[in-house]
Amino acid sequence: MTAIIQLENVSYRYPIGEEWVLKDVSLEIKKGSFVSIVGNNGSGKTTLCNILRGFIPHFHKGELEGAITLEGQDLSGFQLGQLGEKVGFVFQNPFIQISGVKDNVFGEIAYGLENLGVPVEEIYERVEEVLTLVNIQHLRDKNPFELSGGQRQRVALASIIVMEPDILVIDEPSSQLDPIGTEQVFEIIRLMKEKGKTIILVEHKMDLVAEYSDELIVLDQGKVLMQGPTRDVLADPLFRKANIQYPHVTEIALELQEMGVDLNFVPIRDSEITTCFKHNRGDV
Amino acid sequence: MMTKIILDDVSFTYPDGTTANENLSLDIPSGQRVAIIGQNGAGKTTAVKLMNGLLKPTAGEVHVGEWNTKDKTTAQLSRKVGYVFQNPDDQIFHNEVIDEVRFGPRNMGFDDEKIEDITNWAIDLCGISDYREENPYNMPYSMRKFVTIASVIAMDCDVIILDEPTAGQDKIGLALLGKMLKELEKLGKTVITITHDMEFVTEHFERIVVMANRRIIADGKASDIFYQEDILQESMLKPPAVAQMGALLGLPKGLLHKSELVAYLKEQYVNGEKVQ
Repeated sequence: MTAIIQLENVSYRYPIGEEWVLKDVSLEIKKGSFVSIVGNNGSGKTTLCNILRGFIPHFHKGELEGAITLEGQDLSGFQLGQLGEKVGFVFQNPFIQISGVKDNVFGEIAYGLENLGVPVEEIYERVEEVLTLVNIQHLRDKNPFELSGGQRQRVALASIIVMEPDILVIDEPSSQLDPIGTEQVFEIIRLMKEKGKTIILVEHKMDLVAEYSDELIVLDQGKVLMQGPTRDVLADPLFRKANIQYPHVTEIALELQEMGVDLNFVPIRDSEITTCFKHNRGDV
Repeated sequence: MMTKIILDDVSFTYPDGTTANENLSLDIPSGQRVAIIGQNGAGKTTAVKLMNGLLKPTAGEVHVGEWNTKDKTTAQLSRKVGYVFQNPDDQIFHNEVIDEVRFGPRNMGFDDEKIEDITNWAIDLCGISDYREENPYNMPYSMRKFVTIASVIAMDCDVIILDEPTAGQDKIGLALLGKMLKELEKLGKTVITITHDMEFVTEHFERIVVMANRRIIADGKASDIFYQEDILQESMLKPPAVAQMGALLGLPKGLLHKSELVAYLKEQYVNGEKVQ
């Protein structure tokens, strides 16, 4: 797979900030992959997202060093509007994503396509499809501002995926959702990946991160601590240093390993709890 | 100083005709910690808004201590029942964290010394001492949530309601919330928390109220609720990870805590040898 986004020695600080929020960040995101950015709050995740979608340096000024390329081209050469078609961004807080321009959910989701000048018939088709996909058909005539947090979060996601950008940057899409709703959102994101989209996700729910992501980027105090395939990263003792939540099954297995229980491998999915320990129950 | 909360067959219908709560009955003694769980749209936020008078029941009665919420204004009720909004941006209106937190206690009419003490205490307890002079909108969402929690606990109300405090919190934030719950319990505060984080629930709450389709469908202990198929199905909840793993391993029901599972597995696999 070829790299769709590359960062080389990128450092950044906000206009009034004294400290560098990102420090010498180098990373590569492969086209069509599902990459999760993990790290504690304040580690620079949202700032990194802002760089990936061009909000830095187009909207937030400040000091930016290093090279950022999108499909091999310098990112600073793109207009913010052009980037909007390529990179879709789902806000962390669904309460601020809603535009306020439209008084119903259908209109809110169609708004992005209208701005792109998509023919009306196609807009109807695509919005209908997304309403069904995200499971919000029943909300279509409601005012976006009268929705609950969880409902708004789905509308926010729908309003971005309807635009079919090549790259989806998604900042905590399920923070307001119940467990089943969260799983549905992850399933939708997986579908997007199957359509060939590149997914960049920021998320704290590590059980789901481990289950769905191809790769992890671990941020710690503005630096990239690790980047690699999900299982390799979680199995590496260095991960512990970042003081990030492990998937529950991984945490349990590592604790037992420390107590002297041998592992066949480091589990990252709940289902692996039955096979990860040596001398499985039932064996002699 | 005892403020018991009683919901007596309470229903609520919004002006547009949407019924959000039906026949809720609930009795929360002073000083108890209660988690309210359930799917989005189950009616959790409406239920807690009825407890501090932001909403008044359309049928039934809500009692806060000696008061019937019907006879009191939200301003009066909020002196006894503090509510931390789900969305911090609905709540914050000062330019500096310290002013935001100080606003509540000042409004309560505390003397200057108490205002300063309780403001500092709340800021420390919420882990935002480094942000005292900061504009809350320059802080990450998860920290902003702690600003709103600090400003409510600084009012020293008997009852504190937290609406999804776990949303977007990392390991450090969750630990901070846990510590805060213990501290508030020591002070005899009632804390009612809405959350979707089932691990957080099992770790910190004895009593769990489950809502589904506008009603309360269960009220009891975690070890009962997370092993009752019918409740899980009706509320579409997922049991905590430990319970799910326990089921995969065919372990006895009732397992909820990580430490229990680790102890059980350790027995089975000590030093790589199976112990019967």
